[in-house]
Amino acid sequence: MKILVCISNVPDTTSKINFTEGDTKFDTNGVQFVINPNDEFGLTRAMWFKEKQGATVHVATVGGAQTEPTIRKALAIGADEAIRINAEPTDGFFVARQLAEVAKNGGYDLIIAGRESIDYNGGMVPGIIATLLDMNFVNTCVSLEIEGTDAKAVREIDGGNETIATSLPLVIGGQKGLVEESDLRIPNMRGIMMARKKALHVVEATDAPTMTADVKFEKPAAKGPVKLVDAGNIDELISLLHNEAKAI
Amino acid sequence: MSVLVYTESDKGNFKKNAFEAVSYAYEVAQQLGDTVTALAINASDCSVLGQYGANKVKHVSNEQLTNFNAKAYANAIAEAAISENAKTIIISSSADSKFLSGILAAKLNAGYVPNVVAAPVSTSPLVVKRTAFSNKGFAHTEITSETRIIGVSNNSFGVVEHGVQVDVEDFAVQVNDKDFGAKSVEVDKVVGKATIADADVVVSAGRGLKGPENWGMIEELADVLGAATACSKPVSDLGWRPHGEHVGQTGKPVASNLYIAIGISGAIQHLAGVSASKTKVVINTDPEAPFFKAADYGVVGDAFEVVPQLIEKLKEFKAQNA
Repeated sequence: MKILVCISNVPDTTSKINFTEGDTKFDTNGVQFVINPNDEFGLTRAMWFKEKQGATVHVATVGGAQTEPTIRKALAIGADEAIRINAEPTDGFFVARQLAEVAKNGGYDLIIAGRESIDYNGGMVPGIIATLLDMNFVNTCVSLEIEGTDAKAVREIDGGNETIATSLPLVIGGQKGLVEESDLRIPNMRGIMMARKKALHVVEATDAPTMTADVKFEKPAAKGPVKLVDAGNIDELISLLHNEAKAI
Repeated sequence: MSVLVYTESDKGNFKKNAFEAVSYAYEVAQQLGDTVTALAINASDCSVLGQYGANKVKHVSNEQLTNFNAKAYANAIAEAAISENAKTIIISSSADSKFLSGILAAKLNAGYVPNVVAAPVSTSPLVVKRTAFSNKGFAHTEITSETRIIGVSNNSFGVVEHGVQVDVEDFAVQVNDKDFGAKSVEVDKVVGKATIADADVVVSAGRGLKGPENWGMIEELADVLGAATACSKPVSDLGWRPHGEHVGQTGKPVASNLYIAIGISGAIQHLAGVSASKTKVVINTDPEAPFFKAADYGVVGDAFEVVPQLIEKLKEFKAQNA
């Protein structure tokens, strides 16, 4: 089984978000970039398929040279090869087209992308790849088992889970649940050393239009101070929620 | 021309997000000078959509579409868009709509913007305001493609009544066997209880509860309020509560009217996921907990003392206001 894990290079979850150039650009100053958490759950599941079922795992990202530390980390975790598509990831449709192009030529049985990146939250990449390549697709996937070419996936729905029977070739929009938080791996020294010798292919982007453009950003409006209610005066809290907030 | 809106239903009944999506479609159509056409699949009373501004409902009645199937449903929406020559398509932000969004965008070669929270900023060019950076910011996003798909965030634009004369027509769609390459075999869903996605009130608890055995009072409080229950990331990582309850940056987003956080300190990732809620209440023993800076109302106190009191007082309040 040949697996492609699509990786987005995103600000660490603890990052404070600021904008620059007249609020038209995300301010990367002082921001630590990491593997998108939804992608990392997928990558870790792919490692399981590699170790237990002999799968080959490639990772791919769309981005400039500054994203290489992030994909090197994926190699240090255990991916066999990496592909960097040398282009600015302008929007979800553009990124999906680039990844689909690489995937088409790679003959992958399973493509795992995160259900969304935690920066732009587009959530369209796995669905577009699956449609462009005419592959089966399961989104918000929290469990994945594969036997031969049969796959059993569980996806999160509003208010529960749905079990889906499908088959390879398959695209997954992954998230936490594919593996547990405690299964995530921190690269060890041996992994980091080996990653330096692994192939990191840089390929040029294919021609694709951009469908959307962020023209301006804003931060949430500053909030007023919290109104504290004494623990012995819960009646006041209920009155505030009813009369002032109109929330109950 | 018309604005096409996909209206979700469950066992024939429209979901609340369907009414919000139609309300939004009406606003967009007003701005563009278009009419609103809704697409409904196996719904029982389509005329109700007129209340929220639909001029026409295309109703698909098809046994093969009894269960949600992302490819087949995306195909139905695409066919409806083509038959109506609709260049603007509105969907919700439910798990199902997000599942089909990428498929639909690829089929129609359309620009798609999810998590939209307000009426368009402008229509020429079409610019919409959406959340970005997992609710840590907003983006004004221009959709430059000819066909555009807007995903409306739950509980953001709101449900608005208009009372429009509505025509309902049957619409037959092509269903391809290939679309069922991923097939639903079992749905395990909480019934008769609010879900985090569409609840007006969400009651959420964290490590301050000390152990899974103490969740009885959280469930009771949720019962009294008709609320969904949720939890912080550490609680789901510890296995105290199911993953489906984890709210925050890598869990589910919350956009309820009221969010009550009990024993949750308020890490930046948690606050990002819940910040879209309109009114936030925090109950925590530590007055320095970061959640107090993000909340509207706060109680500094022990959950084991405050929550039972809150349950009693709310029961009294509900009895008086019933």
